Amino acid sequence: MNKHYETVIGLEVHVELATKTKIFCSCSTAFGGAPNTHTCPVCTGMPGALPVLNKQVVEYALAVGLATNCKINKYSRFDRKNYFYPDNPQNYQISQLYLPICYDGGVEIEAAAGKKIVGIHEIHMEEDAGKLFHDEEGTLIDYNRSGVPLIEIVSEPDMRNADEVIAYLEKLRLIIQYLGASDCKLQEGSMRADVNLSVRRAGAKELGTRTEMKNLNSFKAIMRAIESEEKRQIELIEDGKEVVQETRRWDDGRECSYPMRSKEDAQDYRYFPEPDLAPVIISDEWIERIKGAQPELRDEKRVRYRAEYDIPDYDIDIITSSKKMADIFEETIKLGARPKEVSNWLMVETMRLLKEHECEPENIKFSPQNLAKLIALVEKGSINRTVAKEVFEVMFCENIDPETYVHEHGLGMVSDEGALKEIIEQVIAANPQSVADYCNGKKQALGYLVGQTMRAMKGKADPQLVNKILAERLNV
Amino acid sequence: MSILSLTAVELGRKIKAKEVSVSEAVEAVLAQIETYDKEYNCYISVDREGARTRARKVQKLIDSGELTGQLAGVPMAVKDNICTKGLLTTCGSKILESFVPTYSAQAVLNLENAGAVIIGKTNMDEFAMGSTTETSAFGVTKNPWNTQHVPGGSSGGSCAAVAADECFFALGSDTGGSIRQPASFCGVTGLKPTYGTVSRYGLVAYASSLDQIGPVAKDVTDCAAVLEAIASYDPKDSTSIKRDDYDFALALTEDVKGLRIGIPKDYFTDGLDQNVRAAVQSAARLLEENGAFVEEFDLSLVQYAIPAYYVIASAEAGSNLARFDGVKYAYRSKDSKGLHEMYKKTRSEGFGEEVRRRIMLGSFVLSSGYYDAYYLKALRTRKLIKNEFDKAFEKYDVILAPAAPTTAPRLGESLIDPVKMYLSDIYTVAVNLAGLPAMSVPCGVDLKGLPIGVQLIADCFKEKNIIRAGYSIEQAVSREKCEAARAAESKATEARN
Repeated sequence: MNKHYETVIGLEVHVELATKTKIFCSCSTAFGGAPNTHTCPVCTGMPGALPVLNKQVVEYALAVGLATNCKINKYSRFDRKNYFYPDNPQNYQISQLYLPICYDGGVEIEAAAGKKIVGIHEIHMEEDAGKLFHDEEGTLIDYNRSGVPLIEIVSEPDMRNADEVIAYLEKLRLIIQYLGASDCKLQEGSMRADVNLSVRRAGAKELGTRTEMKNLNSFKAIMRAIESEEKRQIELIEDGKEVVQETRRWDDGRECSYPMRSKEDAQDYRYFPEPDLAPVIISDEWIERIKGAQPELRDEKRVRYRAEYDIPDYDIDIITSSKKMADIFEETIKLGARPKEVSNWLMVETMRLLKEHECEPENIKFSPQNLAKLIALVEKGSINRTVAKEVFEVMFCENIDPETYVHEHGLGMVSDEGALKEIIEQVIAANPQSVADYCNGKKQALGYLVGQTMRAMKGKADPQLVNKILAERLNV
Repeated sequence: MSILSLTAVELGRKIKAKEVSVSEAVEAVLAQIETYDKEYNCYISVDREGARTRARKVQKLIDSGELTGQLAGVPMAVKDNICTKGLLTTCGSKILESFVPTYSAQAVLNLENAGAVIIGKTNMDEFAMGSTTETSAFGVTKNPWNTQHVPGGSSGGSCAAVAADECFFALGSDTGGSIRQPASFCGVTGLKPTYGTVSRYGLVAYASSLDQIGPVAKDVTDCAAVLEAIASYDPKDSTSIKRDDYDFALALTEDVKGLRIGIPKDYFTDGLDQNVRAAVQSAARLLEENGAFVEEFDLSLVQYAIPAYYVIASAEAGSNLARFDGVKYAYRSKDSKGLHEMYKKTRSEGFGEEVRRRIMLGSFVLSSGYYDAYYLKALRTRKLIKNEFDKAFEKYDVILAPAAPTTAPRLGESLIDPVKMYLSDIYTVAVNLAGLPAMSVPCGVDLKGLPIGVQLIADCFKEKNIIRAGYSIEQAVSREKCEAARAAESKATEARN
């Protein structure tokens, strides 16, 4: 980054809310139905159909607003944004322009440059559009997504680099996931960010001309797009050219952006108050109820974990970086497992398998009950750690009951010392060289013999016990 | 006495008493349509077989005692901007010439539950934009009183059908006078309820904040009965209001003692036809004679009602009609290259001139840079007009006024000068801006024999006040008519002797 310039970034973040039904009708929001099966006269813009606001949308918007320190417009309203496009069945989108539900908030982020507050200009509610499919024969429309509820979180231009942008997005994602208001998956589009970016000479007070970047489908794409756009704008200025106010589309494959439309061809959306919907009146009691129902958020959890559990800060950060992980962690402890033990399973085996299977913590399948059982099996000495790891892998994929699994597959440890000794005699007989090595002072040879014994026992022995018996037998 | 001369409530009573069967009533109406509708063109579509089947079903339910309502078995018509499941619903527009809804409007469902039988869908100004029923893509409707004249609009088909006995009552919709003005021109009774009283679900929107469905009927009693049937709280319409006073028929009393009637001076200015003025004033006198308190007052802000109305209605209409784009249903222009050409051709070919004019007007008043000067100013004016009505209703129970400045104009006269046509809405639009209930009741005829209606306006939720005043006027007018007829007869007898 050129140190003679400062980058100024603001974000518009769209979040798809986790309601069961759409914002203005009772159609399902479920993903992946056959085209146009989750539709009705309202969300396909049939003549005479009327919207009715889904109360849960307001509650989620309020919850996000309160958790991001916003003020609440107690008299809020919907407006129509008029534009023609086939994915929008009414040719207007019901959104909020004049009186958005939340405004004037902010969240604290922690980036490489330290802590700072990123202001939130407003949060408003709106409906999603349908999907178009283009092929040689023409264009098809699926209105299943039409009317899926969204909130748009508009930040102040308070960010200065990609690092801060990512920290802000992570912060929003965690708050919203913890609230249960959305799963916030960038790849699947349930969280989408448009980046407004301008550059100015270091120390300048006036903002430069900004561009808006769309089609950013991952944190990596956002980082690359920001770096590319900073560079592009600085180069323009250095060359004595002007930055054009426009909307650009990021092509992550080619790592560059293209202009979509300039300010001159910006549409006039002819916003006006939606006459088919009553104003949204929010009482103090309602706000208090939402506040009261707010779950413990990540920052609060981190503080509590530090106080309650003896685990490293690093572990706390990882575990709380996903609501799902934090929930499993707490549930498993409630079932009697030691925090350190639970943390280890999450930090090591779970993280490894997530990476291997390329999935997110939100997709974890195993239940806290089964993890608690597995931990108990190890603690009781019913299985050893090696076996436990194998069982865990199966559990990770299928959420099997570890007790049943261990029993059915005969994985329990052989506690019969007689049987163990018999095997050890066989191993000693079969490996005279190693025995000789050990007796000649090569202590590592014992490890080999333990390994051979474990293999012969198919892992179902306590390695410490094997070690002990072997050592005793050979030291005679 | 023929079936057709009965009112809806009278017919309902006879059906219940087994003096008339539902099928007989339906056949009588279908025969009337067969005879007269080629000339009047009240209907865009007539559902003969559907009506006959429905008649048999309803008869069974009446016979088995499951249907007992006063409208059970009564044939009715529905304005063609109100959705009827499985029945063509065109809004009088080419753009919806093939549109068959998969759902019925809540008002229609309510009437079906009451046992009424839909005969067909009535003609109207395209998307309810017009005051004459001449902007329909399905031909003009003629006034049954004099076929050289328009029936008024936009619910001209519904009002003419009731006047011509082509149904016993009809549903209309009123955005700026579209029930009251044609009711006045056709000599029938039409009521626009308080905004939010009848669900708008299934009413194809013209201007959402002004539209209301209401009854068009042969008399005030029928009007009250139909209003009772269609009014309901509907969770599907966010602007629907829960009320606990749906017993409108209770107000059917001649007694108007102590009723305070206000007459806005501002409505009796130069533009008002002398015959209309005289008839409306005589209606006021009838109320006074029955014990009402009548006085004139100032309602000066109403002069701003027309510009405010046309700005707001057009703004909402432009947006509401955006969905008719050829993409999803109904008319699509053929052989367009690309999306934008398809949009342009579909909408240019599908919409008529008046609709296109209002869409353009609506787009203009909402465009950036003009929003404050037009749309916001209109909203503020609307608020002021509402305030002025609020003040008036502190003093009066009913405001009495003409429904229209003239009787029905001749066919072809009005569309030549659209602004003049807009100005003829002067007595009706303020009511929609303020969300008030209002009714047009016949109160006389002009020298050409064309009907005149008096408009009765009440405060929100006070339909009963206008039903009471309307019923009183209606009874007095019919007595006067009888007396006049008797006098004429005795004079004739004298002359013969």
